[in-house]
Amino acid sequence: MTLGANESPRTAVANPPVQPVQGNLGQHNVVRSSAGGPVAENPVALPAVAKLIDVSKCIGCKACQTACVEWNDTHPDIGVNVGIYENPLDLTPDMFTLMRFAEYDNPETGDFEWLIRKDGCMHCADPGCLTACPAPGAIVQYSNGIVDFIHENCIGCGYCISGCPFDIPRLSQVDHTVYKCTLCSDRVAVGQGPACAKACPTQAIVFGTKDDMKTYAEERIEDLKSRGYENAGLYDPQGVNGTHVMYVLHHADKPGIYNDLPEDPKIAGVVQNWKGPTKTVGLAAIGLAAVGSVVMGLFSRSEVAPEDEQRAEDMVDRAADPAASGREQA
Amino acid sequence: MTNSWTDIKNTDLVIVMGGNAAEAHPCGFKWVTEAKHHRGAKLIVVDPRFTRTASVSDYYAPIRPGTDIVFLMALIRYMIENDKVQWDYVRNYTNASLIVKDEFGWSDGLFTGYDEEKRDYDKTSWDYVIGDDGFAQVDPTLENPRCVWNLLKAHVDAYTPEMVERVCGTPADRFLHIAEMIGECSSPTKTMTSMYALGWTQHSKGAQNIRGMAMLQLILGNIGVRGGGMNALRGHSNIQGLTDIGLMSNLIPGYLNIPTEQEPDWTSYMKSRAFKPLRPGQTSYWQNYPKFMVSFMKSMWGDAATAENDWAFHYLPKLDVPSYDMLRMYELMDQGKVNLYFCQGFNPLLASPDRNKTTQAFSKLKMLVTIDPLETETSRFWENHGDYNAVDTASIQTEVIQLPSSCFAEDEGALVNSGRWLQWHWPGAEPPGEAKLDTWIMAQIFLRVRDLYLTEGGVFPDPIVNLTWDYADPNEPTPEELAKEMNGRALADLTDPNDPSRTLVSAGQQVLNFSQLRDDGSTACACWIYSGSWNEDGNNMARRDNNDRDNTGAFGNWAWSWPLNRRILYNRASADLQGNPWDETRPLLWWNGERWEGYDVPDISPTARPEEVMPFIMNPEGSSRLFTRGMMRDGPFPTHMEPFESPVANVFNPNMRGNPVARFFDSDVARLGDSAEFPFVATSYRLTEHFHYWTKHNVVNAAMQPEFFVEISEQLAAEKGIERGGRVRVWSKRGEVWAKALVTKRIKPMICDGKTVHVIGIPLHWGFVGAAKKGWGPNTLTPFVGDANVETPEFKAFLVNIEPAVGEAVS
Repeated sequence: MTLGANESPRTAVANPPVQPVQGNLGQHNVVRSSAGGPVAENPVALPAVAKLIDVSKCIGCKACQTACVEWNDTHPDIGVNVGIYENPLDLTPDMFTLMRFAEYDNPETGDFEWLIRKDGCMHCADPGCLTACPAPGAIVQYSNGIVDFIHENCIGCGYCISGCPFDIPRLSQVDHTVYKCTLCSDRVAVGQGPACAKACPTQAIVFGTKDDMKTYAEERIEDLKSRGYENAGLYDPQGVNGTHVMYVLHHADKPGIYNDLPEDPKIAGVVQNWKGPTKTVGLAAIGLAAVGSVVMGLFSRSEVAPEDEQRAEDMVDRAADPAASGREQA
Repeated sequence: MTNSWTDIKNTDLVIVMGGNAAEAHPCGFKWVTEAKHHRGAKLIVVDPRFTRTASVSDYYAPIRPGTDIVFLMALIRYMIENDKVQWDYVRNYTNASLIVKDEFGWSDGLFTGYDEEKRDYDKTSWDYVIGDDGFAQVDPTLENPRCVWNLLKAHVDAYTPEMVERVCGTPADRFLHIAEMIGECSSPTKTMTSMYALGWTQHSKGAQNIRGMAMLQLILGNIGVRGGGMNALRGHSNIQGLTDIGLMSNLIPGYLNIPTEQEPDWTSYMKSRAFKPLRPGQTSYWQNYPKFMVSFMKSMWGDAATAENDWAFHYLPKLDVPSYDMLRMYELMDQGKVNLYFCQGFNPLLASPDRNKTTQAFSKLKMLVTIDPLETETSRFWENHGDYNAVDTASIQTEVIQLPSSCFAEDEGALVNSGRWLQWHWPGAEPPGEAKLDTWIMAQIFLRVRDLYLTEGGVFPDPIVNLTWDYADPNEPTPEELAKEMNGRALADLTDPNDPSRTLVSAGQQVLNFSQLRDDGSTACACWIYSGSWNEDGNNMARRDNNDRDNTGAFGNWAWSWPLNRRILYNRASADLQGNPWDETRPLLWWNGERWEGYDVPDISPTARPEEVMPFIMNPEGSSRLFTRGMMRDGPFPTHMEPFESPVANVFNPNMRGNPVARFFDSDVARLGDSAEFPFVATSYRLTEHFHYWTKHNVVNAAMQPEFFVEISEQLAAEKGIERGGRVRVWSKRGEVWAKALVTKRIKPMICDGKTVHVIGIPLHWGFVGAAKKGWGPNTLTPFVGDANVETPEFKAFLVNIEPAVGEAVS
């Protein structure tokens, strides 16, 4: 069977269907695709989904991190301790999500707070990565809002990294493609919630339709306000037209205190301009770079890639800044 | 736990003190977040460090390690002074009204009867006045100055908020805010739950820490009710099962006791047990002790245990000391008095204090056998790992045999969780390689030892050769056979005492539960508290019905809980004297005019009339104890005792070091440090990324928390010139370790008795085998002393020094 529109998972704690299920996320409901990649003509409309991370319930246990590693079969290095609780030290191509710990002396209450935030892809409704991506079909968005990287189409140029207002994607030095959280699109497609939400012992991570998650968030915010967190609120930034990963924050007026969660994330100007007059020029430039990248990649990917990347970036800079390239805007 | 994990959702206030539930019990902690989310419950954390639990708390206060009794006695003082007492509960369900002997008293930090030379108390004055009728005397008005309540009032008088600030380093305003929050739970319709773990047990007065909170909970009327209780969070997933089946040198399954040398025969053994009630009409359930004991002996030795030979009482060892606990055994090894050590499912090289002493002790063994699914440091204690295990291998002659065993996911059986639930589980995989089930290993050893006794005889072969071993395959008893043995069965037809023509249980059948056990040899039962877990209804531990009638959190048909599938101990106390629930929105049991009914199995005879039979049926008083008579070695009330290594003197008695009755071996006295040489207080703990010393073998866990570190305050770092992420050397009188420095705002210096006290936090998950980076545990540094009552080592408060280190450790 295939899951219908109304059978998308509503929670992450529910047990998965026991009968064999055909995945419901695929080309037939791709609504956006990078660089003119193919989209579905009549996409199956699925309800928008969201993962809600309630930082006030999060105990920083990293079960989400380990579940992510296990499900995605990645192999993060056994690193070092540099005097902080974060491990690995940053997001990596093998670590799609990371607990970030901030020590905060609240000047208003005089109390100390340990703010723990699960970092990872926000699955923006307007994804900067997808906008920036020059490789056709390397980044897609499904009708339920999930933004997914299609690795066989990825050229490893890294523009998605510059395009991301949250600094999430990471370029693999092994296969020279870019990795990030998929919102467990492979699980969601068959009626299961994301692995992190399934593993979360306190249900600080919950998953369902975006509408349900917003309603649930309101309940949580009310509870937090009753405990004196006057500025408790939902983080669903409108600069990217909302996100499919949202936070409940005790201090929604100061997202920056949660390890630099952006106050008002937007797609970077350079990428935003793509949509306007520079798009043709930009795409042309990128197309060139992309071809170069792929061709070079075929022969000697590992040696050439860094220079390739630099060259491609230079081309984007020129495309974005007509003065530098000496060309008039079309 | 008196209650269960799932019951925590019913609470109004959670206090986590002496534990770090979010960190060490993240899955169970979900019930705290549940109570917060859906009941609006509040969470208080009192801890030397601002922990992961504190990060989701409503209120936090710091406390100097090892001063919890001061904090708890001050809370009791506050409740009494501010009339935050659930009076009906205290009057009826505690021993507040019982009269204590005139000779009992306390001064200079000590109770009456102290003998400094023996390091022990003569406890005869710590008792009730017994009247001519044989019952303890009472004053229900609580006016008699010698009643427990007035003695308690006098005892806690010294523990003012100022005293808390002075001794614990907790700011008085923080203490008072917490006291106020807790005081609200003296209402019959509000409850607090106490969640604690090794942060309270691993002190030389650990049992008294727990007593302190239990007393507070009784005064608030929070024992036996939904959302209340004293909830010990057990560490290993089956450590509750370990204690239940008596895997200690002084216990028999079901909390029965191994006899001592003072109890050479059955009569003298039984004399100090099977207590008669101390108040009229009370149950005093331990009167059934002979039934449980005889059934145990029948289970062990079958036909060889007879009424004529006192059920083979002479087969049991008689202890010449209170216990052969871990510390005593390693001391004896160190003295060269132990040849062979079987170490099953245990990694003492990292789990026992003063590692250098442990290494030295193991080196004197002739043979060490380890039984474990993993490589342990213990099995490799002889291997040189540079700085990480700097032993001279050539000088160690101990022969080590490693027997690889299965892990929990590879075998079948029940694990007992903190809430006393026996949850049956099934193997998920076959043990790899040569690994064998522990039962197979034990059977092989037993059969070979028995053969030796059968063929060669010996001084006293009877207990071995007559041991019941009637398993279908003697080489490998099955989990089913063992579980049924624990439940117990009838050895002869059991007839109804009121109607002898009626057979209750036919010979050979499983007994329904321990109420059917007899002291005439007609029943066998290996662990009376588990009786009912596998009866003629089948394996009740395997039940998986998650229905929860009226959402009480009882889940009575999920698995099976000891005793008798009871989910909340002392649950009769959830109703008032007349049998009506204290809180009608949170009923648990009620008297319907004829019998008790409700959501749980009554912790009292179902027809025991209210106003007559009191709820605490295990106690001869029928009530709970604010004053414990002579049952604890270090006092009938908790009194402040400093850790053995402390930065300040005891405010009550500067000459008193540590717990005045805790056992100390001569060789360890010289290995104690003082605050002049070791100015900083250290404490040990777990991290959520790891499970003890197991998960360092797993690359994913190792990646999440790869390397040994210690936590220090920004102030101490500045004082010592230590940088975040820099290497430090930490040393005590007993050893030294090197670690990364985690400099944090979550630990702040405290002022105690006018002195700045810095705390250093030392997590415990690293060693020299496994996937994670090599490191050390805190046990290299900790003192070789345990709790005065149960010998749990003092891991949570000791003294160290710290300095920046140069260079890398050599491995």
